Amino acid sequence: MKATCWMGRNTVEVVDVPDPKILDERDAIIRITSTAICGSDLHLYDGYVPEMKRGDILGHEFMGEVVETGKGVGNLSVGDRVVVPFPIACGACEQCRNGMTSVCENSNPNSGMAEKLWGHATSGIFGYSHLTGGFAGGQAEYARVPFADVGPMKVPSSLTDEQVLFLTDVFPTGYMGAEMCDISPGDTVAIWGAGPVGQFAAASAALLGAHRVVVIDRFDYRLDIVARHTGAQTLNYEQVDVRDALQEITAGRGPDAVIDCVGLEAHHPNAALHTYDRVKQATRAESDRGHSLRQMITSVRNGGVVSIVGVYGGFVDKFPIGSLMNRSLTVRTGQTHVHRYQHGLLARIERGEIDPSFIVTHRASLSDAPAMYETFKNKRDDCLKVVLTP
Amino acid sequence: MTTSAVLARGLGLASLALGVPQVAAPDRFAEAVGAQPTPQARDLTIGIGIRELSAAAGLLTRGSSPTWLWSRVAGDVMDLVLLGRALRGGARGRTVAATVAVAGLTAVDLRAARRSGRGRPPTSSSAPSASGAASAPGPSASSSSSSSSGSDLELTAAVTVARSPQEVYDFWRGLERLPSFMWHLQSVEWVGEGRTRWTAQAPVKKSVTWEAELVEDVPGEVIAWRSLPGADIDNSGSVRFREAPAGRGTEVRVHIRYALPGGRAGALVARLAGEEPHQQVEDDLRRFKQVIETGAVVRSEGSPEGPSARRQLLQHPGSPSAGT
Ligand SMILES: NC(=O)c1ccc[n+]([C@@H]2O[C@H](COP(=O)([O-])OP(=O)(O)OC[C@H]3O[C@@H](n4cnc5c(N)ncnc54)[C@H](O)[C@@H]3O)[C@@H](O)[C@H]2O)c1
Ligand SMILES: [Zn+2]
Ligand SMILES: [Zn+2]
Repeated sequence: MKATCWMGRNTVEVVDVPDPKILDERDAIIRITSTAICGSDLHLYDGYVPEMKRGDILGHEFMGEVVETGKGVGNLSVGDRVVVPFPIACGACEQCRNGMTSVCENSNPNSGMAEKLWGHATSGIFGYSHLTGGFAGGQAEYARVPFADVGPMKVPSSLTDEQVLFLTDVFPTGYMGAEMCDISPGDTVAIWGAGPVGQFAAASAALLGAHRVVVIDRFDYRLDIVARHTGAQTLNYEQVDVRDALQEITAGRGPDAVIDCVGLEAHHPNAALHTYDRVKQATRAESDRGHSLRQMITSVRNGGVVSIVGVYGGFVDKFPIGSLMNRSLTVRTGQTHVHRYQHGLLARIERGEIDPSFIVTHRASLSDAPAMYETFKNKRDDCLKVVLTP
Repeated sequence: MTTSAVLARGLGLASLALGVPQVAAPDRFAEAVGAQPTPQARDLTIGIGIRELSAAAGLLTRGSSPTWLWSRVAGDVMDLVLLGRALRGGARGRTVAATVAVAGLTAVDLRAARRSGRGRPPTSSSAPSASGAASAPGPSASSSSSSSSGSDLELTAAVTVARSPQEVYDFWRGLERLPSFMWHLQSVEWVGEGRTRWTAQAPVKKSVTWEAELVEDVPGEVIAWRSLPGADIDNSGSVRFREAPAGRGTEVRVHIRYALPGGRAGALVARLAGEEPHQQVEDDLRRFKQVIETGAVVRSEGSPEGPSARRQLLQHPGSPSAGT
């Protein structure tokens, strides 16, 4: 089959690899009909996530048709159309039973590796480095889905691929980011990043009853989309001082909650300070750039919530722990527990409360993946989300 | 002096050598690393110099305490601020050289900090686990340690399993099932009168066998065994089951002791246990948890056999291979 492989920093290639096979009786094989490129894939592409290997198949946002099931997969039949959550979860361990599927205790065969970096391991994740298991990803024609009796969710034929594809990751991620804010009436929620995750965080904050949503980015085309589709107010951080603007909007209180939808490649409008983080990161003296995180923490109101769904890998410098501690802030974070959200969010789509396809700007064939990585990474051609079809 | 003490001392001196000129002649230092000698650069350079000197003081007086070593790692990072700014403003050649030098120092720092603190920054509050035997793991964690006292090799490891103590005991008590998650074992068979025959795989197609007897067997609580005279390897062990608090399942604690008399038996144990014997026991328990909770060992394209410390070093690409 054809698959999009990571071949080193800034290089992906679509190559021929053997078709996946069932390895365990709880596996299923999916023929992929749509697959997307995620901001998380850019962290791999740019070489900031450790433990990638040349030849790793990328992709964790995919859906398709079941073509084969192991004998332990009673809930799926050949021909079913399913979306597949990006974390791999066993459904049986204590964390899974509590709904924390992205920290499943059993699905990461390389947990020993992850423990060395993080102290404890996360679940396995499709196509997302060997720290999260070394699983082949879904930017390919087929994928093996472990624990297929737990993860894949059937979707109705009345909805198109583009309407349900983002249930695999970015819609639940934005939703979880907003849910972690414990939004109550009158709340202002400020969101850093107007990528796909920020778009869904804004839409979800509105769904969850936020009084006002403010989205911060520097790409006007992304800010325009979020304003148009979610009613959010927007700030271009290259044009205004973000903290001042937020103080102004909230009459000096600061936003009640802030959501990080940027992650470890944050950009700083001050060229010198951006270089500071870039150089440290490039020389591996700091693994993650912490600019938006620092700004979020100092912007949120006293007693507010800092919700982090942007991905970080290792360490950031100059973490404002003093502001965090002295001002009674709460930090909530995580890779998304997609299994916990997918049914409820599918129901919202079916009820017409949201149509997630609004984020799609680029449609291409799987073989165009290398060019599409470049377009998405460099925000060329007003790119917000790429969907590939094998 | 130990290697890490020597490293720490060297780093302390390096800090001193870097710190003094930064404080005493900040402009010249900034120029030397290729930054423009602006007032800003001057303040920064002095600041970094002071930080460097305090690291030197700590390193030279407290030696290889992990905290001081990690503070050096953090310190290196700051130097790159200056260098990073400089990269934008010309004098590239010099800056690149300086960056490489600082990055090199960072690597040495990291190595020293790893050696003295077993690879963990002090922030992770890694209290050295004294025996490891009784250290309580988190609900998902497994913990392990190894120590060789005199001529014995002692291994302990623990894991929490989401099943009742009785179920976990029953699973383990089968003994024949142990090789499904303890990969160095080929087989365990009952040979009558509470005795078992164990066959373990040693590298290069050799196998080792011994007979053992149960010395303690309390359903839902403990299974303990010891090898019988004449064993290739004199060993004993126990596995204890205890209900974890408030429905968290069962805490499983394994303790294994190999006698290491030297000579052939000692060499055999060493080969059997591999370079990282505690890793092996830890992997065994991870797989045990997977088998009992999910029904099978979890396999990925990168780790097609399932969790193993060895395979983690030699990952396959995350792609279906012709072999799997
Ligand atoms: N927690 C999870 O489970 C999960 C799931 C999916 C994605 N993610 C992460 O979410 C993040 C966003 O993903 P995405 O797909 O939207 O990516 P993206 O790259 O399209 O979007 C990131 C946006 O952040 C903006 N940005 C950069 N620096 C900024 C700053 N200082 N202030 C404000 N905005 C800034 C960029 O301009 C860009 O528009 C990534 O880190 C990704 O890895 C996490
Ligand atoms: Zn993603
Ligand atoms: Zn689980």
